[in-house]
Formats: sequence, structure tokens, C-alpha cells
Amino acid sequence: MGLVMGTFSMQSNKQDRTYRKDKIDDDFEMSIVCHRPEGLDKLEAQSNFSKRELQVLYRGFKNECPSGVVNEDTFKQIYAQFFPHGDASSYAHYLFDAFDSAHSGSIKFEDFVMALSILLRGSVREKLMWTFNLYDINRDGYINKEEMTDIVRAIYDMMGKYTYPALKTDTPKQHVDAFFQKMDKNRDGVVTLDEFILSCQEDENIMRSLQLFENVI
Amino acid sequence: MAAGVATWMPFARAAAVGWLPLAQQTMPKPPVDKTSRSDEILFVNVSGLRFQTWKNTLDRYPDTLLGSSEKEFFYNEETQEYFFDRDPEMFRHILNFFRTGKLHYPRHECIQAFEEELAFYGIIPEIIGDCCMEEYRDRKKENQERLAEDTEAENAGDAPLPPDATLRDKLWRAFENPHTSTMALVFYYVTGFFIAVSVIANVVETVPCRPLKGSIKDLPCGEKFSVAFSCLDTACVLIFSCEYLMRLYAAPSRCDFARSVMSVIDVVAILPFYIGLIMPENEEVSGAFVTLRVFRVFRIFKFSRHSQGLRILGCTLQACASELGFLLFSLTMAVIIFATVMFYAEKGTKGTTFSSIPASFWYTIVTMTTLGYGDMVPDSIAGKIFGSICSLSGVLVIALPVPVIVSNFARIYHQNQRADKMRAQQKVRQARIRMAKKGATNAFLQHKEDGGLQGGDSDSTAFCVKNRSAFEHQHHHLLQCLEKTTNHEFTDEVTYSEVCMMDSMGFRTSRSTSLSSQQGSTTTCCSRRAKRRAIRLANSTVSVSRGSVQELDTLHVTKTPVGTQYPQSRSSLNARTGDLKLNCTDYTAAIISIPTPPANSPDESLPNSPAIPGILRNSRSSIYNTQETVKISSL
Repeated sequence: MGLVMGTFSMQSNKQDRTYRKDKIDDDFEMSIVCHRPEGLDKLEAQSNFSKRELQVLYRGFKNECPSGVVNEDTFKQIYAQFFPHGDASSYAHYLFDAFDSAHSGSIKFEDFVMALSILLRGSVREKLMWTFNLYDINRDGYINKEEMTDIVRAIYDMMGKYTYPALKTDTPKQHVDAFFQKMDKNRDGVVTLDEFILSCQEDENIMRSLQLFENVI
Repeated sequence: MAAGVATWMPFARAAAVGWLPLAQQTMPKPPVDKTSRSDEILFVNVSGLRFQTWKNTLDRYPDTLLGSSEKEFFYNEETQEYFFDRDPEMFRHILNFFRTGKLHYPRHECIQAFEEELAFYGIIPEIIGDCCMEEYRDRKKENQERLAEDTEAENAGDAPLPPDATLRDKLWRAFENPHTSTMALVFYYVTGFFIAVSVIANVVETVPCRPLKGSIKDLPCGEKFSVAFSCLDTACVLIFSCEYLMRLYAAPSRCDFARSVMSVIDVVAILPFYIGLIMPENEEVSGAFVTLRVFRVFRIFKFSRHSQGLRILGCTLQACASELGFLLFSLTMAVIIFATVMFYAEKGTKGTTFSSIPASFWYTIVTMTTLGYGDMVPDSIAGKIFGSICSLSGVLVIALPVPVIVSNFARIYHQNQRADKMRAQQKVRQARIRMAKKGATNAFLQHKEDGGLQGGDSDSTAFCVKNRSAFEHQHHHLLQCLEKTTNHEFTDEVTYSEVCMMDSMGFRTSRSTSLSSQQGSTTTCCSRRAKRRAIRLANSTVSVSRGSVQELDTLHVTKTPVGTQYPQSRSSLNARTGDLKLNCTDYTAAIISIPTPPANSPDESLPNSPAIPGILRNSRSSIYNTQETVKISSL
């Protein structure tokens, strides 16, 4: 009887051990990846931040990601903490792609700083270009309805379930239609960069709102 | 919200730029951070040991002493540092918590001292990291048990009774602590003596004595001296009954005493005698009566009152019950398997003793425990083969690995306990995360209800909502931007279900169409209420509606003077006063009494859920009681 029990337990042990070994290998691989950013002077020259601001940013960044890079899961986790009501993961995914300009799968500090520099200290045109890049999921230079619907749906997901008035299933679609109504000048079903920038510049609200996020740091 | 999240706030706000082209309404103005932006190094002097840290690091946890404005009380102007007269060694761990976000428990420290330090700095012990949590819990439990034992020993101790103790108390005391008075001691020894006498008498009365004259057969002494023995038995039972009744009378809680193990043993010890008294002298029943006398042997268990060791043994068996049960179970499995095999192996043999499987149980047990009485022996070859396998496995199962199994069981048992603890910890952590999430959402909803959506121009509003940290301001602004982008508002679950019910009743939709055509906004009755308010800004304050549609009509709406922007529910409360400052102080009093605002009570850990739903419920109730003044203090 004891033999039988013993053999059973040994089997499960062996399986656990092999699984654990793989995990240990993975962890080992991940932990040796470490990235150091370029020099402070170079970053200051490239971005619109002062040295002091870069220091503050880097301290926060390094504290959260000692390895120097942010991968998509961490990114999603961080963003989810700001929006506890709903599911921020899809929007975070699009954001991650927008931040990760080199499409390397992880965001380094330089990417982080460059994106923040555009969004917080850039010119109106730069900000709009960045936003266009965010919406254009496949980076083909055109925003079509599907891409826009994905983005809008991701934004509505962040609201969560408990909203007032209650979210209906076609609310994102209506929103997208309204957006295309405004932005698509030549009614060809896609929005190009120039159409986008032109339409935004015509809209007072958007222009005013763009100035809001200046004093963030 | 986790500490590190504060450092990502600029990124989250920057990412909100992506919503702007989609927004159909204008964005609210961001909060202006009046405090200085530059990060500086703070000096913290703890009993002479100087620590330095960035201000940002301490600001990560605004609901602790060091993260809030409470530390200003400890600021020393001359030396330009914060001085704390506390343990510097412990402070290292506290500061590490701020730096890394994980609280570790130092193993060499006294748990009580550690907890006191945590309480001082406003950190709840529940956030101790996983690596140290188990150790902390074990030490804490150990400490608590020790303290409980000490207090119990003190209470049950030899302290003299208060002078006004009743006879009952004195009697109970004498029973429980025999060494307190001479009488108790005497009683203790007398009962002990009689228990021994009774047990010995039970034993001796079965010993064969020399037979009576004229008879050859040996007689058990009980029958030869039956009168003597029955007298002895009666005397013992009388004494035990008296003792039991006295204990029952003296017990502070008779129900508990009647249910305790010792009293059950007492009853079982004396019951056979009484049953024998009331039972008729019948031949058939007397057989059963004789069996009852077996129970007299339970009198031996009465010794456990007199012996500490017996009690400990009983407790040990009780504690190990599950392991013993499993051991028994596995043995039973083995017995059944081998008994079945032996039965079928020996079935063919003529005149075999293995008449049935239960009969084979006896053989299996005797063989496996290596007793080998020899009353049942297999004859067939198959039977002998299986019999030998049975005895070998018996040795293996019982004799050899018993110590291994015992220690394994101890290990597995602890592991299981750890797994259960882990699961419980996980549950606690999930609950914590959920509450923190709810806290964040509730904080935002509460912020909206406070009328914080207004631009914050007037001093009064600034005064009212000053209890939020800069981080919370920015976070709420971010959430408002999201609301404006999507044209929907955040609500809580209850309101949402109410709205759903309203929708299904068809009420809201009719109203919404009529009003939305007027205003073009999707907010309906709320905007109607907003119209009634004196103040309206571009970002109209839309307090989340709490009452039903009908209630709105009956709501007591006062045209409060310029400067008030309270949600509708509160205006009925504050309408009497009408003085702005007074309303505000009432209001802040209410807010301060709520543990949610970060700066105020550092000790509250998960404060949001109990308080905020209270406010929400309160406001709802206030709508239904429009005639009475509903006090905020009902929180």
C-alpha cells in the first residue's frame, strides 16, 4: 500500500520538477535583460524636458522597472490601476504600440521620454500627429472605420459596466460615425493625416483641450 | 492605489491626449498644483540616526504619518529636519516600505514592538509582503496565545475571591482549584480514593475465589461476597452522584458544564447503577444489564481530573485525529484488498476457515500486524502465496514506514495548512484589492458628489475639498476627461441597477427623450436639477442621481445663494441654515469624520467601503425623508 502511494507521489513530483525547471530558466533569461538609457545630456537635447524633470521621470521609471524596460503586461497593469472601474487592457495595448515606436515589444526610457515630450511639450501639430499614429493601428497612413471602432470600443471599455446613462451596444458605433462625419472631408471612408489635422484645427474644443495637459510634470 | 502608480500619473495624463479628438464635450480644467513642484531631499532624524529621502518617496503613501501633513508636527525648525523619538532600527524597515512598496517583518524583532511602530507611523500590518507574512502571522498567533494563557492563568489563579462571593462561587473555586483551601484538598483526595476503590472493586469481583463449602467450581469473588461488593458499589455511586450534583450546582454556566467531557464521563460512570435500580429483576433484561456494568470502567477516566498528563494525552489525540483517521483509512483499504484476495484464493479449499470476506479480515489484520495467531491458516498454494505477500506488505506498511509516514504526515499536514493559509491570504489580498479599487471609484464618485466638478474658484469650495492629495486631484481630473470623451458618467453599482430598473419601467426613456431634445445632452433629470441650481458652469455639475424620478418632483429645492453647489440631496439638509460657511463646516465635519480623506486618519486602512456607501445610502434616505432633517452625523 505504501509503495503504491509512494509511486503516485513520485510521479507528480517529477512533473512538478520539470515544470519548475522551465520556469527557472525563463526567469533567469528575463532577469539578465537590463537596459540603460542614453546620457542625460543627449536626452535633454532630444526632448523638451529640463535635466531636473528628466531626473524625476527617470527615478520614477527606474523604481517601477529596475530592468530599464517596460513590457506590455506591466504597462497594462499600470494603466489598469488608473481605471479601476473598467477594463483598460485594450486601450493600454494600443497605447503600448504607440509608445513603442521601434516595435521591439518593450518600452525603454527613451521611448517613454520622447512620447511624453511630444504629448506634454510638443507643438499642436506634433500632438495631433502622435494621436493620428495612435489611431492608425496598422500604420498604413489611413484611419478606417474598423480601426476607429476598435479604439473607441477600447475607450468605452475603460468606463466599465456601471455608467450613467447605461452603455448601449451601438454607442461606440454612433461615436465613430460622428467622428467620421466630422473628420472625413472627402467622404472616402478613410481619414488621412492632413484631413485629421485640418479637422482638429477647425474644432475649438479640441484645440483648447490640447493645451490642458501642459503642466503635468 | 499602489505607490508606484503615482509616478506614472504624468504618463497616464499624457496618454489622455489620445482621447481628445474623440471627445464631444469640452474637457474640464486640470487641477492646479499650488505646492512647489521641485523634488527635494528631506532629513528625518530618528533618535539620532539621520535618514535622508526624497520628498516624492514619502508622498507615495499619503495616508501614513510620513506621507501626510501630520509629519509637520514633528518638524524641527532649527535643525531643518523631522525628528522622531522612536526606535531607529525599526525605522529602517518603515522607510524601506516607502522606498520599495513592500513591508518586511524583521524576524529578530519583537512582534509587539513592531506593531506599535507600525501603528505610530500609520501603516497597517496587513500589507506586509508575502515573503514575511507567514512568519508574522505565526509569531502573532503565538504571542496572542501566550498572552491569552497568561491572562487565563491570572484569572483562574490563586487570587483570593472577592469578599462578596456567593457560596456557589466558593464551591466552584474549591472544585476547580483544589489547593486553594484545605477542605477542597480533602475532598479532592477523598474522591480520588473512591475512584480507585471503585475501579479495584470492579476488577477484583471477577477474580475467582475459593468456592463455598460443598461446591467444587471456583466462584468469582463478586458472587461470593456479593453483599460486600454491592455495598461498596452503592457507596461509591452515592459519593460520585453527590459530587456531580454539587459540581452542577456550583457551575457558573450549567449548560456548558453539562456539555463538557468530564461531566459526560461522570454521568456515564454512575448511570449503570441507576439503570439497574429501575430495571425490573428480569432474566432477559438482566443480560443487558450486565453489559451495562462494563461502563463502570469509565470511572477510570475520572482520574483525568486528577492527572494533567491524561488531559494532555487526550488533547494530543484530538489534535492528531485527522492523521490517525487517514492512517486507519489506508490500513482499511489494505485489509479489504488482501481479505478479498485471500477469500477467493481459499474458496476452493475444503473446510476452510476463510468462510467469508469479513472472516478473512481477521486473518489479514493478524497477519499484517505480524501477530500470527494461527487460528486461520491458508491451505491452497495461491492462498499461501498471497498470504506471504500479505505478511510482507504488512511489515512494509506498518512496521517500517511508520516513522516515515508519521513525519511525512506532519510535513504534508503543515503544507496543507500552508496551502490553506495561502488560499486564505489570496482571498484576503483579492478582497483588499477589490476594496482598494472600490475605494478609488468611490472616492471619485464622492468627489463628484461634493461638487468638486466646479472650477474651484471660490474659497469655500477649496476649503471643502482640500482634503485630497494632489495625486487624487489629478486622477479625478483624468477620470472626468474620460467621462467627457465618452459622454457617459461613472456611477456605482446600486445606482446603475436602479437606473436599469427605471429603464425597464419605461420611465426614464420618456423623460430622457423630452429633455434631451431640449438640451442635447444625454443627462436627463440631472440636468433638470442642474437648471434649478443657482450656479452653473460650462462643465455642469451633474450629480449622480440617487432617487427615483418621482422623488425629484417632491424634492425640496431651495434656491440656495450663490456659491453653494451641493448635490441636491444635501440642499434639503442644509437649507435651514443657508449660511455658506456653516454649510461648509458641517460638510467638512462630515468629510473629516469619514476615514476616506487621505490626510486625516492614518490608521484607517481600508476605510472607503464602509464610509462611502454610508454616505450614498444616507443621501438616498434623505431624499425619501424630505420633511425631516436628516443629520449627516448618522454616519
